[in-house]
Amino acid sequence: MPKIFIIATILLSLLSPILADSKVHEQILANGLKVIVKEDHRAPIVISQVWYKVGSSYEHDGVTGISHALEHMMFKGTQKYGPGKFSEIIAANGGSENAFTGRDYTAYFQKLAKDRLEIALELEADRMRNLALLPAEYAKEIKVVTEERRLRTDDNPTALTVEHFYAAAYMIAPYRNPIIGWMSDLKTMSVDKLQTWYQKWYAPNNATLVVVGDVEPTQVFALANKYFGHLQAEKISHPIIRTEPKQLGLKRIAVKAPAKESYLVMGYKTPTLEPTKLEDWEPYALDMLSYILDGGSSARFSKQLIRGSQIASNIDADYSIFNRLPEMLTIDGTPAKGHTVAELEQAIRKQITRLQKEPVSPKELQRVRQQIIAKKIFLKDSIFYQAMEIGILETVGLKWQLSDEYVSRISAVTAEQVQLVAQKYLVDDNLTIAVLEPQPLDSATHPVAYKGASNIVR
Amino acid sequence: MCDYAKASHLYDLSLRKLIGLILLAVNLWIIPSAWAIPKIQSWNTPNGTKVLFVSAPELPMLDVRVVFNAGSAREAKPGVALLTNSLLTQGAGQWDVEQIAERLEAVGVTLSTGSLRDMSWLSLRTLIMQPALNTALETLTAILGKPLFTAKDLKRLRNTMLVALNQEEQKPGTMGTRALYKAIYGNHPYANYPTGTKEAVASINRNDIQAHYNKYYVAKNAIIALVGAIDRKQAEQIATQITSGLTTGATPPKLPKVPKLDRNQLELLDFPITQSHIYIGQPCITRNDPDYFPLYVGNHILGGSGLVSLLSKEIRERRGLSYSVSSALRPMQQQGPFIMGLQTKNSQAKQALGLLMQILQRFVQTGPSAVELDAAKRNITGSFPLGIASNSAIAEYLSMIGFYNYPLDYLDTFIAKINAVTAEQIKAAFQRHIHPKHLVTVIVGPVQ
Repeated sequence: MPKIFIIATILLSLLSPILADSKVHEQILANGLKVIVKEDHRAPIVISQVWYKVGSSYEHDGVTGISHALEHMMFKGTQKYGPGKFSEIIAANGGSENAFTGRDYTAYFQKLAKDRLEIALELEADRMRNLALLPAEYAKEIKVVTEERRLRTDDNPTALTVEHFYAAAYMIAPYRNPIIGWMSDLKTMSVDKLQTWYQKWYAPNNATLVVVGDVEPTQVFALANKYFGHLQAEKISHPIIRTEPKQLGLKRIAVKAPAKESYLVMGYKTPTLEPTKLEDWEPYALDMLSYILDGGSSARFSKQLIRGSQIASNIDADYSIFNRLPEMLTIDGTPAKGHTVAELEQAIRKQITRLQKEPVSPKELQRVRQQIIAKKIFLKDSIFYQAMEIGILETVGLKWQLSDEYVSRISAVTAEQVQLVAQKYLVDDNLTIAVLEPQPLDSATHPVAYKGASNIVR
Repeated sequence: MCDYAKASHLYDLSLRKLIGLILLAVNLWIIPSAWAIPKIQSWNTPNGTKVLFVSAPELPMLDVRVVFNAGSAREAKPGVALLTNSLLTQGAGQWDVEQIAERLEAVGVTLSTGSLRDMSWLSLRTLIMQPALNTALETLTAILGKPLFTAKDLKRLRNTMLVALNQEEQKPGTMGTRALYKAIYGNHPYANYPTGTKEAVASINRNDIQAHYNKYYVAKNAIIALVGAIDRKQAEQIATQITSGLTTGATPPKLPKVPKLDRNQLELLDFPITQSHIYIGQPCITRNDPDYFPLYVGNHILGGSGLVSLLSKEIRERRGLSYSVSSALRPMQQQGPFIMGLQTKNSQAKQALGLLMQILQRFVQTGPSAVELDAAKRNITGSFPLGIASNSAIAEYLSMIGFYNYPLDYLDTFIAKINAVTAEQIKAAFQRHIHPKHLVTVIVGPVQ
């Protein structure tokens, strides 16, 4: 068993009745749909989420962005309900709804008063297998998607830098492609390709239904059976995993775009928690390491780089432990006034070297443990994020039970383990760096006013 | 488990539309009998701070939100309000910035600050176990009552603001909104953008900060919202404790009224981008305007309800012109704005702007149909319980109710007020307040 420091143990024991997710129930329908229900009786509401095991990391060259485009089309009508009806029905029932596409998942959700759950389940079951995919609707919606791409990426210099960064870091692993897809792929996409993609992935045996709220599990299972039970399973053949060849040296790119401030992204290739190696401590040590660097205002980046040397104006470290495929530990930031990106990079490298040379202090480890315990409690204020936690774990190939284990697993990480993963993974041969080099923004700061011109645009 | 905001910030989830529309509201027939609107208790601390409290015993945590009428509308120099509020946490009482960060994070407390036109606020979340609770409260008491405002921290945060202001200049959306507020509000304090200007921020000194603090960070100008697993007696002790360092002071005078816009104005901001951003707006109503509810429901139908709004149906769903198109009503202490906005590729800008204006004019002329009004009422009233189902959401409601002096039964009467709105009232309210011939239009994009 992992050894947990004393104060954390006391707090954990005090909180264990709240921390334990004992009220989670699961059932797998005959057609393979996994249904997970978590009771939360604080308020008479419910969140329903359907998670599909498909996202941009399932895509291949030429069809990037297809999972996200399909997500848009999921609101454009089935054989039974016309375009937009889904949203109208949920709205008329006092609900809110949306969907999101990630690299490893596509998910749809509705938040409703608890007695409206059935409406959401009926509609979700309907669009799981009966989407209409009308060419006329597609022609309009793909335009919306390209507008979304312009808004999020093309006209946003930091997002553009991140996009180029991932494409440079990976040669073949699918995380190289943006979720929204490359513009040229969006231009050559077609409703037929979407139809094939839909048929291939949208099936009960490739989905998880997560329901969290003021519900009785047996009733939810009965409703799930009623609406999803008759849906046909599909033969799911997962894409061949193209393992990224070992990186053989530092990669460095420049991104020139109109901007006012430079920006730096660095990423070290790291392992992720794998379903077949759940006992692996390295991902937890990397997660701990990211908190040591950037787990709040008292963590090293804020303390040393934003305040101490004042080289960074802002800086973040990110590591995500739950992915389908190995990802990176990334660090991104903007230099402070009077400092350059090169100085920022050097300062970050010094912090990495320090992690490799000296063990982190017990006080720092203890701080992270307390923060994680508190966060775990705070998470319970949101049924949305409780459902999201379950959905992500299940969809990347892990189990929801890992969410219970997480606090004790990360609490068990030692200073030596943090040092070991720093020495093993945070090395130059494993590193990709992208720098935004600002280009002129023209006369952007000098508006031209035409007063009194009332009909100029019509 | 991992913090999603932290883990996903590099590659944002590609959301189909932006989450975060604040949907306030609903039909009685939808609310299950077990549903209880949170019961709000309110009192004043000995030195005059209004407290609003909701007991939420289910989770062992406490949310404290402290709000001051000290936003950019009150500042003597652009950027002072935000800088003052941000500096509070950078050293206070016997603790410097490092010690404050360490004290709070060692017990898992989170603390954030923010400042807009009307309000500046601090938001703290803690477990209620010891030593977390006492550490959190002691530190917050010092932060509110004994901030240090050291020269070193001032200089650092000033530099951070200057970098952020530079970054704003590469964001077409921010530059467009900034230009819109400036044109709508002219010499009124609401014209100040809360992040300030580079020229002004560079000149902010300690006296500016101290003067803003002395004048506005006083007990009578504060509102405290408390939501969590504490009882009334504890809540009273906590409110008294955290305000104990504040001088009594006074509430500031009313902000000046906003002059009506008497012209149409078009501003073009040249920007080397692929998509034009269009923002249209005018000053509209105060938080306490009797037409608030008709305008709220009307705006919901027009462009405030996401994909089912008129604007979204016509511009996004029917024509594929924009990913995000909406209208918003932002009532404030004085006349906050009514704003419409969208983004579309440059070659479609003219068409999209024409449609925006056409839809607005038609809506002002005819108001909503019976079907549209019924759908909006169902959506607003049905989603009301969803919007007050978390401690954090309740804390935000409490501070809003306290700040704008809404009655304590605001949540209890909300649904009835929405249901009482008629199509005629919406039409009349729009005709009174929204004037399609008196609007500012800002277009950000390459000027051809």
